[in-house]
Amino acid sequence: MNQTAFVELLNLACGALLVSAVLILWRRQLAAIIRWFTLQGLALTAIAAILAADARDARLGAVAAGVCVLRVVALPLLLRRALAQAKANGHPLRETSPLVNVTASLLAAAVLTLLAYAVSRPLVQLSPGSPAAHAIPVGLAVALIGFFALVTRRRAVSQLASFLLMDNGITAVGFLTTASTSLIMELGISLDVLFAAAVLQVLTSRLRDTFGDTDLDELRELHD
Amino acid sequence: MNALGLTGGVCQAVIVTAGAPVLTGVMRQVRAKLEGRAGQGIWQPWRDLRKQFRKQAITPDGTSELFRLAPLVLLATTFIATAAAPFVTTASAAGPLADLFAVVALLAMGTATLALAALDTGTAFGGMGASREMTILALVEPTLLVSVFALSVRAGSTNLAAIVTATVHDPVRVISPASLLAAVALGVVTLAETGRIPVDNPATHLELTMVHEAMILEYAGPDLALIELASSMRLVVFLGLLSSLFLPWGIATALTPLALAGGIAAFAVKVTVLGAALAAGEVFMAKIRLFRVPELLAGSFLLALLAVASSYFLTSPNP
Repeated sequence: MNQTAFVELLNLACGALLVSAVLILWRRQLAAIIRWFTLQGLALTAIAAILAADARDARLGAVAAGVCVLRVVALPLLLRRALAQAKANGHPLRETSPLVNVTASLLAAAVLTLLAYAVSRPLVQLSPGSPAAHAIPVGLAVALIGFFALVTRRRAVSQLASFLLMDNGITAVGFLTTASTSLIMELGISLDVLFAAAVLQVLTSRLRDTFGDTDLDELRELHD
Repeated sequence: MNALGLTGGVCQAVIVTAGAPVLTGVMRQVRAKLEGRAGQGIWQPWRDLRKQFRKQAITPDGTSELFRLAPLVLLATTFIATAAAPFVTTASAAGPLADLFAVVALLAMGTATLALAALDTGTAFGGMGASREMTILALVEPTLLVSVFALSVRAGSTNLAAIVTATVHDPVRVISPASLLAAVALGVVTLAETGRIPVDNPATHLELTMVHEAMILEYAGPDLALIELASSMRLVVFLGLLSSLFLPWGIATALTPLALAGGIAAFAVKVTVLGAALAAGEVFMAKIRLFRVPELLAGSFLLALLAVASSYFLTSPNP
């Protein structure tokens, strides 16, 4: 692949990753959050595929295909099922009142992005010429935004989406730093995430069956 | 200042002043057609202006000189911005004045003067409109500065003419993340600053949530005509900035009649298409609540900041 095209495409995919994270933070409708999460999975797949094409690494290409299956198909499917259950039980489909309001969390996301840039300077300087290393702050910013969304959201489904958002960021950092994660390791991590999401989804539906709602702040008292 | 810039500046001033009301007419016509109405024709804004200009000038009792001067200041600042910004040619008629900060300051000065004039009348509507306009302006100006700043990082200059010239010579940079994010942020700013849906509804005159119309409620006759003309010119300036910064194709780089004609035609077509797209989009949208507007503007500020950040984060392909 042409070097200029490689850098432009990689930059574009990283930009899409960051913008979809911001939009997940911005939107209140859970259905829209899941849609943007799917698009973010596509951006992550694109990053892996571009790196694989540049390095002519078939193994990395296989990892990209795995990422696509997991993050564009499987995880959004799980989220959508959780949402459908919530809908069937007549629960609100919007993140009505996050702990920090949307305007403030958008400004917080701006600060977190700058923080990610500041703390990843040493990592970038390890390989100054590589365009992938330059994009590390993007992955770190996505992970930080995901963590912020995880602690400020109230609905279980959007917390699940935030957890997966954080994981997307961590995976992106992994791709951008090493570019040659061993296949076994990536498989292990992916399975881990899938199981964590599945367990959380089961937990969410059990919570709903027992307590009727999934506003986690209501769970203050211990029951027998 | 060179011959190319001077010719471009004169052309722009004439075209924008004559064409801005026509663009408003085109946008109203597009909207009317999509809503199934016959529409009033694209020349109606000019007919309205002619009628207003013939009327007797009248001002409310108790208003000061500021109320009379505000329409002139608004029109003058918009006119200077129109002549200075690089729309038709890559050079500017007034070199240092085509600076990012100068153009934004000129546009903000017009809005601030109009808000002062609205306060001057002492009516409840004027005060409400002025306070809302200042709320929006306070969030719009930083976004505007930061989003164009993202483009100037690569060009190495905050001069709009230099940015446009650099983009013409290297068209690939239009699809870089910094440029795309800045385009979205600048698009939202254009909606907010020119009072379009979803921030303000340009079609209403009596609504409790109106912003621009509340400020100019006390104006009549020639003063109102000046304000209406200036408002439509501001819309053209913002759409022109969008088209020059992000779609610089067809802009004249040399002083030949053919290049100049091409530049004028490209400018007219781009602005008309953008305006028609804006009007078509408005049909499908509702005005958002006033208290949700800061959320929209904070989002666009974040996108602009990400645009600047990403132009530092990500390596440029041609270092």
